[in-house]
Amino acid sequence: MSLTRAEVEKVSLLARLHLSDAELDAMTAQLGQVLHYVEQLAELDTDGVEPMAHALDVANVFADDVALPGLAREAALANAPHRDEVCYLVPAVLGE
Amino acid sequence: MSLIDLSATELVAKLHTGEVACAEATRAYLDRIAELNPKLNAFLRVDADRALSAAKEIDARRARGETLGLLAGLPVAVKDVLCTAGEPTTCASRMLEHFVAPYDATVIARLKAADAVLLGRTNMDEFAMGGSGENSAFGATRNPHDPDRITGGSSSGSAAAVAARMAPVAIGSDTGGSIRQPAGLCGITGLKPTYGRVSRYGLVAFASSLDQVGPMARTAEDAALLLEAIAGHDRLDSTSLDVAAERYSESVSKPLDKLRLGVAREHFGEGLDGEIAAAVRKAIEVYESLGATIDEISLPHSKYAVATYYIIAPCEASSNLARYDGAHYGHRTDERAMQSELETERRALVAAGNKAAAENLDSPLVRMYRRSRSEAFGPEVKRRIMLGTYALSAGYYDAYYLKALKVRRLIRQDYDQAFQKVDAIIGPVTAAPAYKIGDKANDPLAMYLDDVYTVSANLAGCCGIAFPCGASSGGLPIGVQLQGPPLGEDKLLRAADMFQRITT
Repeated sequence: MSLTRAEVEKVSLLARLHLSDAELDAMTAQLGQVLHYVEQLAELDTDGVEPMAHALDVANVFADDVALPGLAREAALANAPHRDEVCYLVPAVLGE
Repeated sequence: MSLIDLSATELVAKLHTGEVACAEATRAYLDRIAELNPKLNAFLRVDADRALSAAKEIDARRARGETLGLLAGLPVAVKDVLCTAGEPTTCASRMLEHFVAPYDATVIARLKAADAVLLGRTNMDEFAMGGSGENSAFGATRNPHDPDRITGGSSSGSAAAVAARMAPVAIGSDTGGSIRQPAGLCGITGLKPTYGRVSRYGLVAFASSLDQVGPMARTAEDAALLLEAIAGHDRLDSTSLDVAAERYSESVSKPLDKLRLGVAREHFGEGLDGEIAAAVRKAIEVYESLGATIDEISLPHSKYAVATYYIIAPCEASSNLARYDGAHYGHRTDERAMQSELETERRALVAAGNKAAAENLDSPLVRMYRRSRSEAFGPEVKRRIMLGTYALSAGYYDAYYLKALKVRRLIRQDYDQAFQKVDAIIGPVTAAPAYKIGDKANDPLAMYLDDVYTVSANLAGCCGIAFPCGASSGGLPIGVQLQGPPLGEDKLLRAADMFQRITT
């Protein structure tokens, strides 16, 4: 599968990145190389192999249902790039 | 002998008897940092006043006869990837340049509880993505053995700091070799514990199923001491193993009887530098002389490890790094400029009669995300986010991510089989000694292939240790790696200690 510049541009939107023309060109070539390399996995027969999403075969870990102190609001907001007293502020989400 | 020449274990002993004051030792390291850091760029931040006052406090508590923690007064450097309450935690990224962590990572809390003196924060590849130390937004770390060369990465600053005696020990993190590879290239000892052995709470996430925090030190004995202080179950990390940490510092000096080492033929194939192959073969002979038995084993899927890793790790990274949205913390683009850019684009499209495209333009919120992330992430981070997003996108998930998860299982099964026969697998850490800074800057795939000997342990969830076993004709360190089964840290440390006792 070879990767096109248009696909890279589409993925950049999915990834919430905004790439310059030069970045799109470089990324198309570099990602293409890496994808070409990883495609060697296709030569392996993995039918019936259980996917391994995690290094540990752990089951759910449950905690007692007890409220514990969390991060205080001011501490949570302290690093906000744009905020008011109680909220994070972002550009308008709905139309004007 | 200067204070900075003492091993961590020796220093802790001398602090304990009062022969050396903690303030004195801390000052010696701070002086060394002030002297060498301008050249090596190992530390991103050093808070000398805070470290000294913490050291004086420990001296005062000792003078009052208080019982102190395991590391009582030992200076420790920490990779800038672990949250420390009230202090910047940057991950060597413009994204987090001004981020101040609101809480302590469990590893930091344990270091504090063990009465370590935190010297400062070490440089790294941005968000721990890289194997050279060059991907830092704040400049490459330089190898103490030759400042024109890379340290390896991503725990570049921690490796350089220990190698240059700017710290007795340091904390690193290892997702695909980020402790072991720079340890090998800088001539120090670095251990990647079993996944789940050390808490990841407060570790800035890169690839959550692979990330693990571990010790970097001059010797296995020192690494054992630091591991003992940070290992153990943590209810704040649901992937933490509910198994008590061992007393590694007590057992490390006990030699192993009838050690069974495996040598994988796949580790000595094409691409391995001749001097490294020879040095590792020599290390194997050293073990034989110590009574170890050597068995040939096979890890048939190891040739697929890099491909598997460079699907799984970017997929997890693209998901983890989605949190950097410019809204909650981290860098945010200039909103006015962003709005006017959007307006200019819209007018141009309308003027060109392309109404549909004008209506499809990013919303201000989406453009804010995109610009904020693009301005603050470096090229390697962007590449991995793109790679992961692509591999997880509709239509490709099965061919890439799901396939990689299945191959991961096969890699794990190779290890399970090998560890039925042997206690540890001995082999190289890197295919070549440290290269010149800039040599692979435009070839990401070549850099990924450097991880060939280290990524499997992370994929399989095993532990691994790298330590020096020689030098190249150019005087650069060569490392050897031992990989062990889950929770095999004690054996790896003891095996490395046996080697170091007779070779150093």
